[in-house]
Amino acid sequence: MARETIANAVLAVALLATPLIAHALGEVYYVNLASRIAIVALAAAGLNLALGMGGLVSFGHAAFFGIGGYVAGIAAFHAVDGSLFAGLLPGSDRMLVIWPLAMLIAGLVALLVGWISLRTEGVYFIMITLAFAQMIFYFGISLPTYGGEDGLSIYRRNRLPGVDTGDPLNFFTITFVVLMIALFLTHRMMEAKFGAALTMARLNRTRLATAGVEPRPILLTAFVLSAMITGLAGALAADLNGFVSPAMLSWHESGEIMVIVILGGVGRLFGPLAGAILYVLLQTVIGGYTENWQFFLGLILLGVVLFANGGLLGLIAGRARHD
Amino acid sequence: MTEAALSIRHLAKSFGALKATDDVSLDLMPGELHVVIGPNGAGKSTLINQIAGGLEPDAGRILIDGSDVDGLSMAARVRAGLGRTFQVSSLAMPLSARRNVMLAVQGGSGSSFGFWHPVRRDAGLVAAALAALREVGLVGREDLPVAELSHGERRLVELACALALRPKLLLLDEPMAGLGREGTQRLIGDLAALKRTLPILLVEHDMDAVFTLADRITVLVYGRVVAQGSASEIRSSVAVQEAYLGDRDDA
Repeated sequence: MARETIANAVLAVALLATPLIAHALGEVYYVNLASRIAIVALAAAGLNLALGMGGLVSFGHAAFFGIGGYVAGIAAFHAVDGSLFAGLLPGSDRMLVIWPLAMLIAGLVALLVGWISLRTEGVYFIMITLAFAQMIFYFGISLPTYGGEDGLSIYRRNRLPGVDTGDPLNFFTITFVVLMIALFLTHRMMEAKFGAALTMARLNRTRLATAGVEPRPILLTAFVLSAMITGLAGALAADLNGFVSPAMLSWHESGEIMVIVILGGVGRLFGPLAGAILYVLLQTVIGGYTENWQFFLGLILLGVVLFANGGLLGLIAGRARHD
Repeated sequence: MTEAALSIRHLAKSFGALKATDDVSLDLMPGELHVVIGPNGAGKSTLINQIAGGLEPDAGRILIDGSDVDGLSMAARVRAGLGRTFQVSSLAMPLSARRNVMLAVQGGSGSSFGFWHPVRRDAGLVAAALAALREVGLVGREDLPVAELSHGERRLVELACALALRPKLLLLDEPMAGLGREGTQRLIGDLAALKRTLPILLVEHDMDAVFTLADRITVLVYGRVVAQGSASEIRSSVAVQEAYLGDRDDA
């Protein structure tokens, strides 16, 4: 077995085992921490599809994360007070309604953003995705019904048939399964024709066109799928925290998701999980000693960028292999 | 009269005051190998780029297999039957030669929106890629990353990519450059065999190759066609001697 496959398995088992042990020891805090890692990893897995696999440096993925969060928050808001969204749609507290809706809306917004942004390349692409995200951020602030700058609380965990979602371990299991499914589907996709085309779009767009394949629809599809995954993570994050606010839409959040992708290993399937584990642990451990934990995060990020091009997974498993 | 595989009519392209392509017309007929020669700065690359769809002409028409390709993207022209190689190899360097050619097979065989079945287990696709690599004589090196291949081998990978698309015509931009003496001789042999089934438009500096292979030659100088004719006509043309072939003494 390849070293990267072993590293991936170790990461997955570590993520699964930690909350199980914590639960046995009655440490609910660590169960929720693991849920957070899984959700952040899912958000980063979305960005990794665009950034790592398609070479699209999106600096606006917080928009999709926040949209997912607000879909969950707004649906719960209307479900609690029985009112209608825009006078038309009832609220919902069902995960199986909220998840597809969060993905659909994040995907539609990404279709528009990507359709325009993909006319540009390089630094212009970065800036235009940031600009769109900022527009959505200010839109979020200007929603007084849904808390404006203060955000919106979700008072009850959303429901899933047959599962007590209020139980931290159950909720963790949900996030873990969703993450693994997302990574598995990404893997299948990258091994298939679409992945071959997307990889070539990243490495050499002219070569892709010379094979008779239009690069832009391939990249746009990847961008939309990427936003849908990050949007789903947003819905789960809202549910975990019981709270959504414009902070989820801010460019800090975009930066955080990107840092996680880079820490873990850009373009590596399990890079987002490796990055999320490292990021959340740094935040928790060093953040326990000093408020300035981001200083140390900065140092580590610098080290990764300068000395470990493949991120944490690159350090463990060596250079990415193509056959 | 048979229809030209590629027909260029009164093509023009200027960059500011510089006329890079100045009223160029040429036909590439089935079964023919047509060479475009000219000194540096004659506008050969600009011409190739307009045919391939990388650059929009100011005026004139380009017909591939009888249909006007005006406004079509690079990829659409490839789908219309245009296979090409580049002056400077344009491949995915970290990927193996096989992977590069597999993508060409994939592009030539339908939609790339497949999300489930692994390409590496697509036996037909892999076999077609290996066949194309065998056709250009690149055997035993197909699993190396392109970055580890020699300059000449990369040119062959590009040619294999073009052939894997089953094109109606080939556009080859200085394929002999950097091949070395032996490689050039081999490629001349390959192209001589290939041109019987596939019309080829070739931009080339190697005069041995040009006069061995060419059925017709177009000479470009400062964007204009100064001579057009069979290889023997061009060889004896005074205009060509002055404008171009005489330059060889300086080189």
